[in-house]
Amino acid sequence: MTRVGVIGAGHGRFGRRSDATVQELAFEVYRMAMKDAGISPDRVDASVIAAVPEYHKQRSVAGVVQEYLNLNPKPTWLTEVACASGSAAIRTAWMAIRSGTHKVVAVIGCQKMTELSTAEILALMGRVGEVQWESVFGTTFPGYYAMFAARHMHDFGTTREQLAAVAVKNHRYGAQNPNAMFQKEVTVERVLASDPVASPFCVFDCCSNADGAACLILADEGTVSELGGDAVWLDGVGCASDAMSVLRRPHLVGLPAAGEAARQAYAMAGAGASDVKVAEVHDCFTIAEIMAYEDLGFCAKGEGGPFVESGAAAIGGQVAVNVDGGLKAKGHPIGTTGVSMAYEIVTQLRGRAGTRQVPGADVGLTHNVGGIGQYCFVHLFRRD
Amino acid sequence: MFSWFGKVSFVPYSKVGEFAVHLKDGRLMGSACSSCGYATFPPRADCPQCLGGEFSFREWSGRGTVYTFTAIAAAPTGFEDLGAYTVAVVDLEEGGRLLAWVGETIPPGEVTIGMPVQVVPRLFEERQDIRVHYTVERPGTTWDKAPAHHTEA
Repeated sequence: MTRVGVIGAGHGRFGRRSDATVQELAFEVYRMAMKDAGISPDRVDASVIAAVPEYHKQRSVAGVVQEYLNLNPKPTWLTEVACASGSAAIRTAWMAIRSGTHKVVAVIGCQKMTELSTAEILALMGRVGEVQWESVFGTTFPGYYAMFAARHMHDFGTTREQLAAVAVKNHRYGAQNPNAMFQKEVTVERVLASDPVASPFCVFDCCSNADGAACLILADEGTVSELGGDAVWLDGVGCASDAMSVLRRPHLVGLPAAGEAARQAYAMAGAGASDVKVAEVHDCFTIAEIMAYEDLGFCAKGEGGPFVESGAAAIGGQVAVNVDGGLKAKGHPIGTTGVSMAYEIVTQLRGRAGTRQVPGADVGLTHNVGGIGQYCFVHLFRRD
Repeated sequence: MFSWFGKVSFVPYSKVGEFAVHLKDGRLMGSACSSCGYATFPPRADCPQCLGGEFSFREWSGRGTVYTFTAIAAAPTGFEDLGAYTVAVVDLEEGGRLLAWVGETIPPGEVTIGMPVQVVPRLFEERQDIRVHYTVERPGTTWDKAPAHHTEA
């Protein structure tokens, strides 16, 4: 079967994008990715759109995007697995190319979240968990991850300062990313003094809703060699699921589905955690990045707190993690995030990340989590 | 009857709808598969092990230990009027877990992971319609139960 390569990538500015519709955001990144790939639109066989529908007034958003990109009558479909929708789009594009159905597929993550009223957002926030047995007690998205954090702190001695170290690191890199929503550094003291959200979390432990889009053009080996042979290869894909209800999980100190997805991706790529030089992990909350280190095998279970505190996850450390700012500083347009992560890895492996460049980056991965670990995708990228 | 369960109901109908009636009667019910005996909490009508579709309710004691918890400061729609509230995940003595509010017998700041607790069936007394839930309380907390003949599944 063919290898699948990324031949073009585009990324827009994240944040409050009151200047554009969702399809206009999609066009910005599609234009960039197509210019980057150097191919004409007639070479695109299909598109996969990643977006979470409940944030848009326009229902079935793939339709308006496909029309605005002038891609009719080519096939298009929407992927939705909450915050991992972007990686699901990449996976289905990879499947379409590997099967021989399509040669070139455009993957577009596009999401507008800031058009909803506060009341609408608060209503959605109350239904992120399992609604029959959990949401009836007023659970929230930060509340779930906070319960993971509380248990992780209890079992492994993870500290409040170690959680804050994730935010400090990611804001440091976000300050160097012109596409990031928040481009200011923060201190541990600032994180700890921010308003409480759900104990032990404060505001600065949490990522922010955002608008934004990102695009990848994926192609088969034949197309890559026709274009000169340069691509970032998607050599390992892993995907797993877990119980919707946290009451049905074996424990709340990690995401078993992330560990399983990583195992699959490493096995397919013939690589291991120690080969990874740069990683984009799903830091929707500070504890989530600490658990990601452990689930991906960057450190042993329970050692994620000391790992970040020691600088092992910064540029110059063992593996550079979220050096575009992560969800934390970049903002989290939920359907887009998985594609945005892949964009950063592609940029790093091409050596074009500027002040944030990780030296010698030849293998990178993305770790994208939907919901509270219900859907996990790990993708391993390599440049020959 | 499942619409009785919770401060806000998102799920009005379920094959385990009688759970809410039992809770109103003071009984916390899990389920047991009629074919293979698989027992679980929260209750479920369909057996994940043998795929059987027949089940009966089985009473749980409500005794358990706190697995984890969080004090929620930013509440979603329908819960704004509660002020800050703490939710806990409890490992139940008979198996399974539940999530519920920490009740008045455990003051804010006194809940800890690993502490033994008693889950207590509750009615929202200030409401005219029937609304039921449960809270996490100190061991030994008591409550009223209806006579046993109400508990047939």
